[in-house]
Order: sequence, then C-alpha cells, then structure tokens
Amino acid sequence: MPEPFRVILFIVFVMAFAGLNAAYLVWCERKGAGHIQRRIGPKEVGPYGLLQPIADGIKLMTKQLFLPKGVDPVLFMVAPLMVMVPAIMSFMVIPFSETFVAREVNIGLLMIFAFASVNVLGLLLGGWGSANKYAVIAAARCVSQNIAYEIPMLITTITMVMVTNTMNLNEMIRSQSGWFFHWHIFRLDMSLMMPVAFLIFFICSLAETNRAPFDMAEAESELVAGAYTEYPGMGFGVFFMGEYANIVIGCALTTILFLGGWQAPIPFNPAGFLGVIWGLFWFFLKLYALIFTVIWIRWTYPRTQFYELLNLSWKVLIPFSLFNLILTALQIKIFPWL
Amino acid sequence: MNGLLQQDVNQETFTLNLGPQHPATHGVLRVKLVMDGEYIVEAEPVLGYIHRMHEKMGENRTWAKFLPNCGRMDYLGALSYNHGYVAAVERAAGIEVPERAEYLRVITVELNRISSHLLWFGAFVLDLGGFTPLLYAFDDREQILDLLESVTGSRLTYCYFRFGGVYNDIEDSFITGTREFIKRLRKRMPMYDALVTKNIILIKRLKDIGPISKDMARRYGATGPVARGSGINFDVRKHEPYSVYPEFDFDIPVYEEGDSMARYMVRMDEMEQSMRIVEQALDKLPEGPVMAAKPPRIIKPEKGDYYHAVEAARGSFGVRLVSDGTNQAYRLKLRSPTFSNLSLFNEAARGMLLPDALALMGSLDLVIPEIDR
Amino acid sequence: MSGYFKELISGTKSLFIGLGITGKYFFEPVVTEQYPHEVPVMKPRFRGHIELIPDEETGEPKCVVCGMCQKACPTGCITVAGEKREGVKGKVVTQYILNFTTCSLCGQCVESCKFGAIRFSKDYNKVSERKEDFIYDLIKRLKEQS
Repeated sequence: MPEPFRVILFIVFVMAFAGLNAAYLVWCERKGAGHIQRRIGPKEVGPYGLLQPIADGIKLMTKQLFLPKGVDPVLFMVAPLMVMVPAIMSFMVIPFSETFVAREVNIGLLMIFAFASVNVLGLLLGGWGSANKYAVIAAARCVSQNIAYEIPMLITTITMVMVTNTMNLNEMIRSQSGWFFHWHIFRLDMSLMMPVAFLIFFICSLAETNRAPFDMAEAESELVAGAYTEYPGMGFGVFFMGEYANIVIGCALTTILFLGGWQAPIPFNPAGFLGVIWGLFWFFLKLYALIFTVIWIRWTYPRTQFYELLNLSWKVLIPFSLFNLILTALQIKIFPWL
Repeated sequence: MNGLLQQDVNQETFTLNLGPQHPATHGVLRVKLVMDGEYIVEAEPVLGYIHRMHEKMGENRTWAKFLPNCGRMDYLGALSYNHGYVAAVERAAGIEVPERAEYLRVITVELNRISSHLLWFGAFVLDLGGFTPLLYAFDDREQILDLLESVTGSRLTYCYFRFGGVYNDIEDSFITGTREFIKRLRKRMPMYDALVTKNIILIKRLKDIGPISKDMARRYGATGPVARGSGINFDVRKHEPYSVYPEFDFDIPVYEEGDSMARYMVRMDEMEQSMRIVEQALDKLPEGPVMAAKPPRIIKPEKGDYYHAVEAARGSFGVRLVSDGTNQAYRLKLRSPTFSNLSLFNEAARGMLLPDALALMGSLDLVIPEIDR
Repeated sequence: MSGYFKELISGTKSLFIGLGITGKYFFEPVVTEQYPHEVPVMKPRFRGHIELIPDEETGEPKCVVCGMCQKACPTGCITVAGEKREGVKGKVVTQYILNFTTCSLCGQCVESCKFGAIRFSKDYNKVSERKEDFIYDLIKRLKEQS
C-alpha cells in the first residue's frame, strides 16, 4: 500500500479507536465500579448494558452547546480540543504491533511527552475561560500537579532511554524480545530498581491523566466538577474522550517501556499477517490489564491532597527515580556488555 | 471576562459560595467562604434553607401530635430524637415507663446510632473521594434498616416511642436477627479498618487536619463525637444517666488529639460500644408489658419548666418544655447538637485549604434538617 | 530517616491491602436488589397509608364514624363523614378521604381506633404527576379490593 494511504487509513483507525475506546472504557469503568461495590452496574440498555455508552453519547450530542454568561468564547471552545487532539496525535507513533504503526519516528517517545504536556494546558485554559471560581481553582491545581509528576516521570524515562539507547518506541520493544523475563520490568541486571521504576512511572501516569487518587482537578466533592463545571453537552464529552484517550496513552507507554509492548511472553513470533494479530493480542492484553488496574485503583482509594502529591513527588518519587538513574548509569558502566 | 472574576483588581481575596447545592454539604447548607487563593480567610455558614418551624409546631398542637415531627429533624438518628421528646414529656407529666419498654428503647436507639454512624462513615469517605466504602457501609446499614422496619414499620423517619412505652412489642425473629447482625458487623469492622482506617492516603488527609481544641469545643458548646475527639469526656448516657443506661457496661471513647482523625476514630469505636450495649440489653431483656398500664388519655403536665437531654448520634439533644398546664406546650425549645457543632466551623476552618476544610466539615457529621429544624 | 522508610513501607503495604479487599469483593456476588424486576416483600408491620378493614360477614367497612382518627391526626389529613341508616346500629360511613400529601405515616389514627376499623396497607410504590391522585377515597378502594 502506498505510504500516504496507509497513514490516512491509520488516522481513521485511530480516530475510531479513540472514540469507541473512550465510550467502552466508560462502560468498563461503570461495570468495574459496580462489581467492586457489589452492584451490577449498567444493565438495562442492551445485553449487559452494552449499548449504554451509545445512549450516553446520543444524550450528550443532543444537548444544546451554549456559552454560559461571562466565558471567554475562544478559550472555552478550544480547550476541549486541546485535550483531545494531542491525545490522537500521540497515537500516531504508538506501535500496536511490530508493523501496525502509523509512523515509526525516531523520537517517538519525545513526541508523546511533548504532546502530553498540552493536555494540562487544555485543562488550564478550559478552567480559566469558564469564568467560574471552582473551575479556576481546578485550573490552578492542574498546574501545581503538573510540576509534581512530570519530573520523576521524565527522570524515569531518561533511565529507560539509557538502557535501550533509543527513543524509537519500536526499537525499545525489540530490545525486550525473547522470554518474558527479558521485559524491562524484570531486567534487574540493568538496574536493581527496575520494578520500583515501573511503579514510579505508573503512579506518574496516573497523575498525568488526572485519575484517582490524583483527580484533584476534577474533585467532585470539593469543586463540583472542577474544570468541566461549565461545559455542556459535547464540550464535556470531548473532554471526557480526551481523558480516556490519555489513560490509554499512559498505559500504552508503561506497556512499551516496561512490559515489552507487543512482545509475547514466550519467544514465538509468527511471520506475516498472523504476526500482526499475535502482536496486537499481546499489546492489548497488557494495555487493558493496566487500564483495569487504573479503574481498580480509582474505586479503592480516597483522593489525595495536592500538597500530599507534592510531598510524595519531592520526598519519594524524585529521590528514588534519581537514585535509580545513578544506579542504572553505574550498572551500565560496570557491565558494559549488557 | 466580566462578572464574577473581575470584582476589584486591588482585592486580594474572593468570595466562594459553597452551597446550598454542593456535593460536599450533604443538603442545603450554604457556606460563604472568603478565600485567599485556596486558603480560607472566613467561612460563614448561612442557614435557613430548610427551616420548618418545628419548635413553633410543637407549641400549637397537643403533645402526642408532635411525635412524628421528631423523626423529621435528625432523619439519620430519628429514634434518639423520639426518645428525647418522649422522655421529656414523661418527666413533665410523671408517667412511669415499664422496664421492658425502656430496654426496647435502648436497643432500637443504639441500633439507630450504629446505622447513623455507618452512613456518616460512608459519606465522609465519599467527601474525601473514596466511593466504595459508602456502598459497603450501606450494605451493612441496610441490615439495620430491615431489622428496625420489622419492629417500627418504617425505615428512616421512625415514630416508635409513645408516652409511657413503645408502640408495639418485638418478635423473637428480631432478637435472633439482631444477634446475627452484630456478629456480621464485628466481622466487617476489620475490613473497614484495613480498607479505610489504615489507608495511608486517608491518614495523611485526616491526621493533624482541622484541629479543634478542648477550649474551642467548650466555648461553642460542642457535644458528642466532636467534643470527645477533642478530649472532653462527656456523654449524656454516662454523665446524666437516663433510661436504663446505668445497667450496662460500656466505655466512652475519648481521643485527645482534636483532629479529624480523632473524631473519625471516636465514631468508629462508638459503633463497637453500641454493639456491646445492644448485646447486653438483649441478654437482660425482662418480660412484661411494653406500655404503661394506664397512660393518661389527655396529657396535661403541671405548670413548670422541664428539661431532658439524650445522647443522639451527633451529640447531646435536649428538649426544654414550658408547660402552662394545658394540653399544649407553652414553649418547646429543641437543642440540637449539630447546630453547636457547626458554629465552630468558622473559627476552626480559618487558614485551612479548601479540601482540608471540607474534610473538617465532613468530620463534624452535619445533618442539615437538624440544624435548621 | 528510619521513620521515613517505615512510613513508606507501611503506607505501600496499606495500599496493596486495600486493593486486595476491593479485588476480593469484585468476584463476590452482588448484594443489591434489582428493583423493578425483583419486588421486595413488605414486612408485616410495614406502615403504608391506611385502609379500611371490611367486616368479614357483610364486606362493609367496620368504621362507625366516631371521628377519633380524625382527631388524633397531627396534620388533619383524614376526613370522615357518616349518616344514620335504618336497620343498622350506629352510624354508617359514607365518606373516608385520606389526603396522602400531608400524611406523615405516624400511625396515630390506627392506634386511636377503638373498633379496629383501619390498618396499614402494604402499598409503597405510589407515583403520580398529579397532586389529586394522592387524595384517596378509602371506601372506593375497599370496594375495588373486594
């Protein structure tokens, strides 16, 4: 297939994936929450409530899009897009399978991080443009949260770049081929603190996506709906889709960096079309296992305070990730043949 | 940008209107907050959104006709309110209550206290952002409601006590059901402990947050778990004993710290103490009638001023009656605990961050219809 | 420093214990009642709105229109009227209206009735958009039941 068509086809796939994924993650979230709380969750619309997300979507779409009094019309309308678009852009470089990737960019990792920081900007502008005090407080919280998690996350990422020598996501996955103990999370020979690094990265990606227990920007028992308070209909819907797309990206990055991406846990890789399916299967299995953990965590813990998050970041995550960085550098220096 | 955000450029603070429709205020409480960034400078509770003039209603109807009103004030601990009013009128009119009726009153009130604390527990953790404990607590609370429904006939706004006794006797299935429930709740308490109390996030949110000193609690007349969390050992059941409470062996949990965690722990411990009281009451339950042999058909207390206080789930609930010798009250004053407990919110919340102040508010266990009456 | 690590370890442990508990409940059966599909059985003492008890022989209401329930009601939601009929001892009830919008289900009417003529019904799912639907004619209701 000629290159331009392949990319366009992929964009269509990614858009459909981002939309449907968001819709059905909401369903998963509600079902998961239900069963954790010993309820059933959605069950009336369609079998097992499977049509519920579609009903919700129609409801959001039919609602009137209107500008509340006093809002900044440009910022107010642009903000949801600034959460959604970067998320879709990031999907372009994520290798779902070895050959199932829109563009194999050499600086894929860098690109994802660059776009991920736009997400915060979107929430900040949305909160600020809403002319609502709760939303402004939420916007301010968003920024302080951003400072807290980005540093340990990036330090951990630097460590991973050091051990793989590349920023190409597909290359990073290829370096984890073989048995499952070749996945980076189990490579204690590269750094003794690999599992800890995995935890740090996972916690930071929870904070990046504003998920519980770090959902201070949304905090419905304090700030009503935080930055989303004034958004009607699909404005809110797009925020929501962006948020769930960000969860997928966060979990996909964790999968790629630590859990071997599309690598199967056994050294068996069929060629051709079957290989694509095989890779997709393992990638999505790991991805959704992580997403389930995210949902599980949300329905278990109370919310943290943002100064607690700063405490956690400066007192625990940053020292540990720095220590991990130094340890990894030493191990690479002492055992260069690894 | 105009309107709310652009009040006065030189003004460093802004006013945040929390409520009357806000998820954290559990009802129609409105708090006017003057904020400096996310720090609270002034927090003024605004009341009156659900004022129904219960006191006035008590003055223009006969004593018995006021009974159903009691359950509408503190809808989570309705039986304690029933008890307070009924006991006050009995004291005024000199009505003797048979012992079995007093035991039944204690059993149902203590069960009601557990259900109230369970709901508070869930709602409090919900305020802090944890959803799941609420549903677990409701699962347990539902068992109590089923038990109480089988006795009183209603699930929330009970009207079970009468002057001179209780409405009707219990059945054996209630006794076995209650014993089973206590066994079940004892098994669940370690789960709550591991899931919520020992959780590091919750400890960080509550420890040393929202301190209320002994002195502050005294000045505002705080009672119940709020006062006991500040190191004041006061419980009407022990210190001004009424009904048959002196016959039971139970402790008053008191914590010295005065922070939100202390108030949390007081309520968690109180549930265990209430279970002990219920168990002892079921063991000792005497046979006999549940209604005084000949309660006067028309109650006309002697002229005078009467007061009776009971320990409700949220603190000391007092009823002051002034009778002019007719079949209606001349004055009925209801002292509700949460009103005093809320009064200290302004002073305690000063200088706190918004989420911490809401944690403090949750730990006060507010029931708005009781504040407004 | 040792306090720092102690808190870190105990804190992390508490988080995993929490996950363990919710994870365990995830696989346990649900406890909720699926209301419109499963209908709860009302307890024998459940206090719904009041209804008239028919006389076992005649099927007519037992009420003798003494008016005690009307007097006992705190909110005055009961209206009773009756007339004297030939061949019947006492009065016969012709009208028994319960205004359910102001009823607080306290049960004082049932207690005050010396003739055992009223009882609590087991109706609980009363829904309507119109206020008039909650003003019950209990005599009509009794006729419909029999």
